[in-house]
Amino acid sequence: MDGDQVKAWEALCIEEQPPACAAACPLRVDARGMAEKMAAGDFNGAMALYSRVVPFPAIIAHICEHPCEAVCRRAEAGGAVRIGALERALVEEAYPTIRRSAQRARKPKTIAIVGAGLAGLTAAFDLVMKGHAVTVFETEARPLERLRLDIDSSVLPPSAIDADLGALTSLGVDIRCRQRVTGGGSQALGDLIAGHDAVLLATGPGPAVQFSETLRLTAAGRIDLDPLTLATSLPTVFGSSLHSGGDETYSAILSVRDGRRAAVSLDRFLQGASLTASRADDTATGTCLYVNTARHAAVPPVEPADPVAGYCHAEAMSEAARCFPCHCLECVKACAYLTHYKTYPKRAVREIYNNDSIIMGNRKSNRMIDSCALCGLCQELCPNDLAMGDVCLDARQSMVDHGHMPASHHDFALRDMAFSRSDDVAFVRHQPGHDHSAVLFFPGCQLPASAPRQVEAVYRHLCDHLPGGVGFMLDCCGAPAHWSGRKALHQDALDHIRAIWEDHGRPRLITACSTCLKQIGEFMPDLPVASLWTELAAIGLPDHVAARSVAGPLAIHDPCTSRHAHDVQAAVRSIATLLGADVRELTGAEKTTCCGYGGLVSFANPEVGNAFVDRRIEESDDDYLAYCAMCRDNFARRGKRALHLIDLIFPDADDPAARPDPGFSGRRDNRLRLRRRLLRDLWGESMSDPVPPVALVIADAVRADIERKLLLVDDIAEVIAEAQRTGRVFKDRTSGHLTTSGRVGTITTWVEYEPTDAGFVVHRAYGHRMQVEVKP
Amino acid sequence: MTGVSGDPNTPDLVCGSCDKPLEMRKVEASYLGQTFPVDLPCCPSCGFVYVSEELASGRMLKVEQALEDK
Repeated sequence: MDGDQVKAWEALCIEEQPPACAAACPLRVDARGMAEKMAAGDFNGAMALYSRVVPFPAIIAHICEHPCEAVCRRAEAGGAVRIGALERALVEEAYPTIRRSAQRARKPKTIAIVGAGLAGLTAAFDLVMKGHAVTVFETEARPLERLRLDIDSSVLPPSAIDADLGALTSLGVDIRCRQRVTGGGSQALGDLIAGHDAVLLATGPGPAVQFSETLRLTAAGRIDLDPLTLATSLPTVFGSSLHSGGDETYSAILSVRDGRRAAVSLDRFLQGASLTASRADDTATGTCLYVNTARHAAVPPVEPADPVAGYCHAEAMSEAARCFPCHCLECVKACAYLTHYKTYPKRAVREIYNNDSIIMGNRKSNRMIDSCALCGLCQELCPNDLAMGDVCLDARQSMVDHGHMPASHHDFALRDMAFSRSDDVAFVRHQPGHDHSAVLFFPGCQLPASAPRQVEAVYRHLCDHLPGGVGFMLDCCGAPAHWSGRKALHQDALDHIRAIWEDHGRPRLITACSTCLKQIGEFMPDLPVASLWTELAAIGLPDHVAARSVAGPLAIHDPCTSRHAHDVQAAVRSIATLLGADVRELTGAEKTTCCGYGGLVSFANPEVGNAFVDRRIEESDDDYLAYCAMCRDNFARRGKRALHLIDLIFPDADDPAARPDPGFSGRRDNRLRLRRRLLRDLWGESMSDPVPPVALVIADAVRADIERKLLLVDDIAEVIAEAQRTGRVFKDRTSGHLTTSGRVGTITTWVEYEPTDAGFVVHRAYGHRMQVEVKP
Repeated sequence: MTGVSGDPNTPDLVCGSCDKPLEMRKVEASYLGQTFPVDLPCCPSCGFVYVSEELASGRMLKVEQALEDK
């Protein structure tokens, strides 16, 4: 896989972008994570998140301006989450659980901080946590004097200030009050610079001019600071950005951010690291995280019973539960595959790339890669059009190219494809009585396998209504090869179709299968191709077909390969309506889901394949109307009443929605029979019916089990016939059953059976790929 | 191979050709170019090896999948 392409895919998924609250917070407080924990009652866990980022939890919870609330997406559904009130409830309950311990530096650096406001003390906190020896010099009698004087004690209780200051000094910060630092004299800046490894001036803009002999000032008389790093003209001295005079409006949370920004620079400087390299922009506020707020019902904020005391525990939990929380996950919610793997595209793309890059060791994600249905729904839902199918298909092709594709994942589907393309099944003829084809009908491999009689009927109808000769081509479009990452095999199938098309005078192709239509349109765009359904809508239905009442409404399921085939979607609906069906929409065609066959997921991962079809079935109690044979058969297999559009036009039974899934063995049989019948009845060729090697009796439950194990009845018959010929069997002395095995392709097929007058009763069959033999 | 071993739940089988009860023998299992010795019931006379469904769909399948993911 191409690393640049992988990065481009990763960049499209925005799930890891921060929620709006964290993006707007100067400290990047994870309010979403806190709310999730508080909603679950885990206040201690929430406090751990809060206090990891916020140096003074008690103070900030009370006086932060909470820019997070202004951008909270819950505002679109009932009102912003009251994050400030939640923080205060958190402090009230869980403050004592804060556990902090400073790192121990091998060689602690000495740092002097001038000014014990929020900026200076935040820097002191961050630097002492890094293991440095920090001394703070403050002119006033107490640290944080401005907070005590300017903010009413009902807003910021003095106890909160005392608690946070106590925690700070217990970490080892030495705060010296009534220590005015001046430009000269007994407590001169120059002495601090000489006596410490680094100095931070966090005094506010006022007294800057007195340091003019030591530091370079701006024209406005402020200390000249680098806006990004807060470095001054002296390498060991830094300032808080209040010195720059850019924003004179006091903000508690911005003061904390300034102190933090300065501390990062001091620490980098003391470590000899670059002040600018890989430095995150702490002023950025936006996020591109997509949140579908319309999905959520409006819920108003919780009002505390006691407004003065704030939220009690239960109220805080309820308010926290109003946080959605903000995630995109639009594709994940709609996709059985991503849901099964509990992942989202950004993480999945990285996992897939890592799996592709492994030189030695287990490729643990092979099955995950082969479990995507390649249905395109994620791309439809993604704000940035990321298609997991593109990623998985690329990975599959890489796995095949490097010999890492597990043989078992697609073996059965590819053998089925080979069978469809073999001389036993595939054939092409001009219309009887014609030596030229203006049109070539290409019903695909699954509709003839599911509804062979109807395929014959529709072909006769096309012959009657289209001029110039309608040829018939029974073959495979190569989709299984494409989906399994076999580029060469896929190209071979395409080349074969092209050769036939050329050989038959470049006729217009008509496909009954949406996948064939998409395959030919995408990979051979120069071939004229149309859907059977648009064609029927144009030429009309057979005369004997009249509108009749279809019992109950039909919920229409579009195949994923018709997601963007608007003309086909419209034609199908018009035909069904013409036939008297009351057609209801499910998700609509563009947001249709996979039936479990797409991308061969049902072969590589039957559990996920079934999850796809079962999810779809749950969407409506109505009978389903499909126009892809595999969709219809998968619905039938999982117990959903479903009919194919062709069943409406050419009903083969009184209740076509009850038509059972023919299963893999039945499908093969139907293809063989259709070929024989058409060649014999339409083209007058002599066809002999094959004689089965042995007569089998298989109970329904055993047959379903055989299907589930991807074994074929024909293969089982061959294995029994061979055993009867050679006598190579085990005999169970208790039951009298015989057990034998035979190698079919890459599978050793075991059959437990019993000869009876009615034939050989198959009791069970199973297979394995490993070969076992006695050592010579 | 450590993942696949003999199955204690072997039914009361005899070899149809040789009419002899099965015995546990060391046989060779192979997949994707890897071979492993494994004890499995087989006919002591003709060497026809028996693999139960439990073994095929259980430990043997796990080993097959592990080898496919190497």
